[in-house]
Amino acid sequence: MPGTKEIRAKITSVKSTQKITRAMQMVATSKMRRAQERMRAARPYADKMRSVIANLGAANPDYHSPFLQNRPTVGAIGIIVVSTDRGLAGALNANVFKQTLLLMREWQDKGAAAKLCLVGAKGMTFFRRLDTPIVANVSHLGDRPHVKDLIGTVKVMLDEYSDGTIDRLFLVGSEFVNTMTQRPVVTQLLPVAEPPAADLQEHWDYIYEPEAAQILDALLMRYIESQVYRAAVENVASEMAARMVAMKAATDNAGKLINEMQLIYNKARQAAITKELAEIVGGAAAV
Amino acid sequence: MAEPHTLQVEVVSAEGEIFSGLATMVFAPASQGDIGVAPRHAPLLSMLKPGEVRVQTPAGEELFFFVGGGAIEVQPHRVTVLADTALRAKDLDEAAALAAKQRAEEALKDRSSHVSQAEALAELARAAAQLKLIAKLRKVRG
Repeated sequence: MPGTKEIRAKITSVKSTQKITRAMQMVATSKMRRAQERMRAARPYADKMRSVIANLGAANPDYHSPFLQNRPTVGAIGIIVVSTDRGLAGALNANVFKQTLLLMREWQDKGAAAKLCLVGAKGMTFFRRLDTPIVANVSHLGDRPHVKDLIGTVKVMLDEYSDGTIDRLFLVGSEFVNTMTQRPVVTQLLPVAEPPAADLQEHWDYIYEPEAAQILDALLMRYIESQVYRAAVENVASEMAARMVAMKAATDNAGKLINEMQLIYNKARQAAITKELAEIVGGAAAV
Repeated sequence: MAEPHTLQVEVVSAEGEIFSGLATMVFAPASQGDIGVAPRHAPLLSMLKPGEVRVQTPAGEELFFFVGGGAIEVQPHRVTVLADTALRAKDLDEAAALAAKQRAEEALKDRSSHVSQAEALAELARAAAQLKLIAKLRKVRG
């Protein structure tokens, strides 16, 4: 029986691969749910922060935080790229990188070079092949990113902004639309794009401890950090969703492959039996 | 509108909502000394030091929350505590920033690191195995 043994071995091997992909799919599904919950949990903080900043801005129209001011000329931009640590997540990272490259090219045409800050190991493997300077990096945040792990990376970019080495700061990450769709999105972090409009019907001023300006800057910094945190959490949700879909496809493909090989195997086996029978019959007839 | 003798209190951190509910009194470690907030307090905005936020509920219970710093916003019938999840100090932040920079530099240095090489080899092996399988299937079918 030529080949049947090899086919059988191949079927076993594909089957065990299928087991792995199926397990990964299930793990991704449960992790995705938890990540979605964390996304939801992060929302109240950002909302509250926005409303406080809005009230503060309305009460202090004379103080212009550097974080809110649009600089007329843009000499360089900073981009925080949020990617995953591990692969096997479909085109998720590739889409984010493509978007980043587009953004970089767009600003390059306007004469602004880019500086990168990378969150996630995949971003590092991709962008270190380019000549773009990478000023900060954090990876292996795990499935539960924490704000404290991101503070450093964000601060590097905020410092660059305060020093004037970059004039805009962008954030590129994946938006979790639903399980099937994840979109790369670009958000402008600095200057804070549109200072949210306050409800001016009740106008009041606060008692400040310490200075209003100091508080506003501290709040804006935290607001930006919370946005990066949200992007990191959303990225985990997207990663898990993408992996779930990718692994489901892999499991299905493995199933198809097994069926196909099973058919070939059966045919080969049948052919061998028929041939043997024919030989026996032929031999009997000769006697 | 909330009842005149209560405060709507919200304690939130970037990683999740910690508390939301009514209170008769709130104590917080403001940057320039602890403060107590009763209903109809004048609007106040202050940074917080690390410490505990105490909330007295209308039911007479007292709840404690630890905050690693952050900010508190007081309006006559509303208190919002924006808590930091991590301890913040200037040098701590500075150190974290430095660490982030170093990581980038290190990762850039070992361009031909073993990890990426191993990754490439694994990819190559996978591609070769796939090619072999395809060839085999062709042979068997043909």
